[in-house]
Amino acid sequence: MSTATPVAPAAAESRTYAAYSRSLLARLLLNREAAVIAALVVVFVYALGNVQYFDGPLTIYNLLKEYAPILLMALPMTLIIVTGEIDLSVASTLGASAAITGVLVVDHDLSVPSAAVVAIVVGALLGALNGFFVAYVGLPSLAVTIGSLALYRGLAEGLIQDKRISGFPGALRTWPTERIGDTQYPNIIIPIIVLAVLFGLLLHFTSFGRSVFEIGLSDEAAHFSGVNVARTKLILFTLSGAVAALAGVYVALKSNSVATDTGAGFELKVIAGVLLGGVSIFGGRGALHGVIAGVLLIAVLNSALQLDGQGSEVIQIIIGLLLVGSVIASNFLPRIRALLPRRAVTPEVTSKTPVNGDHTRKVAQ
Amino acid sequence: MSTSTLAPSQESPATRALHTVLRSRELAIVIVLGLIILLATARRSSFVLSADGWRDTLLAPSILLLLAVGQMVVVVTRNVDLSVGSTLGITAYVTGKIFVANPDISVIVVFLAGLAVGAVIGAINGVLVTLFKVPALVITLGTMYVLRGALTREVGSDRMNAQDYPAHFEKLGTQQVLTIPVLTIIALVVVAAVGYYLHTARGGRELYAIGSDPDAADLYGLPTGRRVLGAFVLCGALAGLAGVFSAARYATAFSGTGSGIELQAVAAVVIGGVAIFGGSGTVWGAAIGAFLLVTINRALPILGISEFWQGAVVGALIIGSIVLDRVLSIRRTHQLVEARDHA
Repeated sequence: MSTATPVAPAAAESRTYAAYSRSLLARLLLNREAAVIAALVVVFVYALGNVQYFDGPLTIYNLLKEYAPILLMALPMTLIIVTGEIDLSVASTLGASAAITGVLVVDHDLSVPSAAVVAIVVGALLGALNGFFVAYVGLPSLAVTIGSLALYRGLAEGLIQDKRISGFPGALRTWPTERIGDTQYPNIIIPIIVLAVLFGLLLHFTSFGRSVFEIGLSDEAAHFSGVNVARTKLILFTLSGAVAALAGVYVALKSNSVATDTGAGFELKVIAGVLLGGVSIFGGRGALHGVIAGVLLIAVLNSALQLDGQGSEVIQIIIGLLLVGSVIASNFLPRIRALLPRRAVTPEVTSKTPVNGDHTRKVAQ
Repeated sequence: MSTSTLAPSQESPATRALHTVLRSRELAIVIVLGLIILLATARRSSFVLSADGWRDTLLAPSILLLLAVGQMVVVVTRNVDLSVGSTLGITAYVTGKIFVANPDISVIVVFLAGLAVGAVIGAINGVLVTLFKVPALVITLGTMYVLRGALTREVGSDRMNAQDYPAHFEKLGTQQVLTIPVLTIIALVVVAAVGYYLHTARGGRELYAIGSDPDAADLYGLPTGRRVLGAFVLCGALAGLAGVFSAARYATAFSGTGSGIELQAVAAVVIGGVAIFGGSGTVWGAAIGAFLLVTINRALPILGISEFWQGAVVGALIIGSIVLDRVLSIRRTHQLVEARDHA
């Protein structure tokens, strides 16, 4: 510290806030998101080399087909968890939307696109109801969405009762699962990419996205700095409902049938993917590319283990361990690091940045 | 000002007790529960008045009662335990294993084994949460997956059936003392013991203190880590006991036993007026919430509501009770503000 002060004043005048203590490269590569992406790549490459049939033509196709709804729902869920809230009702919204689509198309002969629009509008309304309770009534989202988890699943059960709706008509039914040309990618990947880009832009490159992070760090500070906290939350929950409903339409068309338990339990997979992707459950931290990598990591592990002849229970165990391990790592490592600086880390960091910078400048002069 | 707020009540203890009951949040659920039972009985008198109806009314909630009590103790410390369903499944299966290996073993030993297995699982959760200071929601979501996966791996498509459990154990599932089922008696004893502890004992009050402000509790010198760990151990142990109950009552255990029941336990706690962010609520409330949740499921078909709408009704009930809590707390704040302004 004392060595840094004499050389610092020039810099201190122009810059009143802390300069980044790490270089751009270090900031890009040494974070949670990069770790998840690295893990994804390692697992994928390992599976390509060691798991029989993993390099087959159907692997990526099936993987994307199965995990498309999880990927879709993880996008708005990321924003919701970044604000420090949670939405446990997404899978039930998905179920309700699948039921609505099924009833409208099969029982009432509506065309698939118009049924999908109705389902997505209803999904947005269901999400908005959650958002209203959380944002304007001020209820904890965990409790509200446990309630709507039961309520929306109940709507699906009430709508389709004990029958199993199946037999969606013709061409539009198969579109989402058809391949794009000769590639391994099903058509559903197109809306996913579009939405991922939109949500990525929304979260990371707009003032709305900055306010999402700000709310996650402190509701009150966000409010006093002019963020409309309630409206932001309402919008996020509405988006979550609409996207979950879109996923519901997809699931109905993909499996060509709807039952009362369609999508049951997906909410935990979505949350597991989001948290694995480096989003803090306390809010205020996370990035969308990490979440996408987190969901894909679960998907790749799942399909690799399946092709390796393991049952679905192994992937359950691994998801659980990854979840526990990732939060412990992200909470525990900084604390260990925080214990160290008195001895080693801080002096190095504080002295390095200004001194090195000045040194090189002097040399250049 | 301080004299006016701290003056002892002029009312007699009996009136004060009555006022406490009348003002309590639990009364609202008791009334709803009573109404539902009354209406269902009016529609079909066998709902409660027949021997079977009476037994089922009391017996059906016993498993969820245990889970709700355990969950309440964890929730009041501002944590949550989502792994109770998996714990229940494991002990239900372990119970079967014990009986297959040793059919003549005493029932008491099996109950203790269930408690012990559950307590160990609870301790794992508790240590992870307190030692690493990570959110319980994520940790117990993870252990829920791990435990359920481990159980599925162990059991496979196998299942424990009625012939795997000895007759005297299965009989316990429906046995009654003075028309009250044994399992319900045990559950009620647990409710009373835990409720008394939380209401009066120092350790119990500290759980509330931790839940209403963890940092303040820590600064005040309360053993927060130990208390939270204890809450998780108790919750796990009760979930383990619930697993033994489940085995006794249904005489079956398979890889899916108890999956999804963790959300019901949380729902019961919320309906019972326990704040999901800790610090307030009672064990009695959680117990009545569990009773209501189970009874409403049995009563709806009788009340003419198709069983397919049950989920929707339960969901509306949960949201309704949180809204009620919110309204009550706003009103209480207003009253306190007014009392302060007039003083």
